[in-house]
Amino acid sequence: MSDRYLLKGATLPDGRPADILIEGDRILSTATTTTGASASAKAGTGTTVIDADGLVALPGLVDLHTHLREPGFEQSETVLTGTRAAAAGGFTAVFAMANTLPVSDTAGVVEQVQALGRAAGYATVRPIGAVTVGLQGERLSEIGAMAQSLAGVRVFSDDGKCVHDSLLMRRALEYVKTFDGVIAQHAQDPRLTENAQMNEGALSSELGLKGWPAVAEESIIARDVLLAEHVGARLHICHLSTAGSVDVVRWAKARGIQVTAEATPHHLLLTEELIRSYDARYKVNPPLRRDEDVQALREGVADGTIDIIATDHAPHPRESKECEWDAAAFGMVGLESALPVVQTALVDTGLLDWADVARVLSNTPAAIGRLHDHSHSFEDGSPANLTLVDPAASSVFALDRLHGKSRNTPFEGVTLSGSVRWTFHKGFPTLRDGVLAEPGEVPSRV
Amino acid sequence: MKHLLSTRDLARDDAIRILDIAEDMSEVSTREVKKLPALRGKTVVNLFFEDSTRTRISFEAAAKRLSADVINFSAKGSSVSKGESLKDTAQTLAAMGADGVVIRHPASGAPQVLAQSDWIDAGVVNAGDGTHEHPTQALLDAFTMRRRIHGTASRGKALDGVSVVIVGDILHSRVARSNLWLLRTLGAEVTFVAPATLVPVGADTWPATVSFDLDATLAAVRPDVLMMLRIQSERMNAAYFPNAREYSRQWGLDDERLALLGPDSIVMHPGPMNRGLEISAGAADSAQSTVLEQVANGVSIRMAVLYLLLSGEREAHA
Repeated sequence: MSDRYLLKGATLPDGRPADILIEGDRILSTATTTTGASASAKAGTGTTVIDADGLVALPGLVDLHTHLREPGFEQSETVLTGTRAAAAGGFTAVFAMANTLPVSDTAGVVEQVQALGRAAGYATVRPIGAVTVGLQGERLSEIGAMAQSLAGVRVFSDDGKCVHDSLLMRRALEYVKTFDGVIAQHAQDPRLTENAQMNEGALSSELGLKGWPAVAEESIIARDVLLAEHVGARLHICHLSTAGSVDVVRWAKARGIQVTAEATPHHLLLTEELIRSYDARYKVNPPLRRDEDVQALREGVADGTIDIIATDHAPHPRESKECEWDAAAFGMVGLESALPVVQTALVDTGLLDWADVARVLSNTPAAIGRLHDHSHSFEDGSPANLTLVDPAASSVFALDRLHGKSRNTPFEGVTLSGSVRWTFHKGFPTLRDGVLAEPGEVPSRV
Repeated sequence: MKHLLSTRDLARDDAIRILDIAEDMSEVSTREVKKLPALRGKTVVNLFFEDSTRTRISFEAAAKRLSADVINFSAKGSSVSKGESLKDTAQTLAAMGADGVVIRHPASGAPQVLAQSDWIDAGVVNAGDGTHEHPTQALLDAFTMRRRIHGTASRGKALDGVSVVIVGDILHSRVARSNLWLLRTLGAEVTFVAPATLVPVGADTWPATVSFDLDATLAAVRPDVLMMLRIQSERMNAAYFPNAREYSRQWGLDDERLALLGPDSIVMHPGPMNRGLEISAGAADSAQSTVLEQVANGVSIRMAVLYLLLSGEREAHA
């Protein structure tokens, strides 16, 4: 297969039609067809020409919140299977969460995760380092060693658990300034959410499931934005799920606090009403909330209060979901459904245009994670990380769309817009007209 | 009726039908030979993931009076992490040919998960799930109220206009929830009385009046039925209220409060009682108390439910 590709007649995020010429790991040129200086003129022979008519070209998607499960939980996912799912979903980079076993709290583990990502080749894997040793919330992990390791960690998170000790959180925020790092907080007051099972409200009371109150998220965010202001540090809030959290972040941004926030696709589309089935596929942390919260999150993304969308892709084996609600694991897979959900919830509803999608799913998450030379705006010479989406497609989401090891999607049977057709990672097509490349053909990036 | 999972989904006609069949079953229980052949050859499994001797023996007596074979399966510690999964247990029972499964489980929704699954094709009766529902308890309570109010003329009647005050740990009570839905369906008015810490979030959206003050409620409502719920000692440790004395003083049914009730008012308790905490000995043993009637009626209700689920009618209603 050649390493020159001409994507003819694609639509750029800003709406301009363009021919995109890829050579090696670079976008050689992006000639908007209206300017006349067509890239196709430079294509020459030996170039694979792809008819991109009707397809939207986006910079390769960047997920700031992925659970790849390796090392330690390989029955759920591995770096290879998780990055295959990523490629199928249009992602070219994923930030791998630290709740592995052993926990990613040392340079050795983060370098291993990164090496596994390079060997797989499907996407750029950037490990996230744990804030505290073993995610125990007691003392800082070796943040400096991880930052200065080959993995160059810049995002630190105890995700799955909240850094709830106020003093430790303050120290963490201060300490990562040294390395231009950011703390990604899983905002959940542990005392207010002991054994919590779903959003606390009239429905949890009716269903008899222990409530996870919105205040347990909002109070931690309020504390942390004030801490970030006090020490002048960067703070990122994972998976905002409530209307109140959007208000707190909006207030913090108006004060000039360096806070960024993410929302997940599932929190932008699904509500707690699904839990009436006691079907554990809908069990996730933070939990699905009310329709008012979904609407507030959508508005938050639209007005920029919420900076990015991240999947919180959380694979679990079948037995962890085929059981009574209380015993089931929290989490949903999300890499393959992310873009269709975003189109359905935000683009088709007129809240975002495709330039906004490029911003919230690629440019900004790359910037927050200090992932350099990866995302772009289709300038000549940009790294050839991009994806082509067919926005006119609409289909019922089925399990055969999943390419990771686990099947715990909440979107099975849901009609979603949009279909990811092609993904290029560093110039290599990991997804070709909807068909995932085989592991043997994907070049390792060692 | 294929399963009985909750009272919330029970239609008024179906609820009255269960109560009426329970009247027939009650007559059987007064005969010298307390047995019907209705479920001969059927197997009922009492699948209890949580200890409850009272509920289990009530279902056992009900199934045996209908001539069913009964298997008691006590399976404490249910989750994947603790041992065998619900799925494996259910498939085991299916392989043994269970026709009906009576399930008690600490996890809310477990009976519904079982009923929705393809693990077993048996009729499922919810015998109490977590803090969700306990439908046969609500049915036996309604049956008891109807008998006290309408006597031998109970058949076909509902509970329209009956005022019911339920006092205690509403937050953790599946009995309170099942009673609320069923009583509303049958036309009764429900008032919950509890300390604010034991009122569920969002209860203001429920079709019940919520009060924190028992004395004011008794004075204002003059209830036909006063139902006291069991208070569990671990609630005190979790700071829902300071101690037993304070709870008893504010929300317990003592002899003074009992004296305020009308002579036809009845006092109910799902049992087991904490005498001296939520209910005084005088109230528990008074003529107004229906505690033992509730136990007897429980067998009749459970006979009616098992009969409806497992007798020949099952296929027709599946």
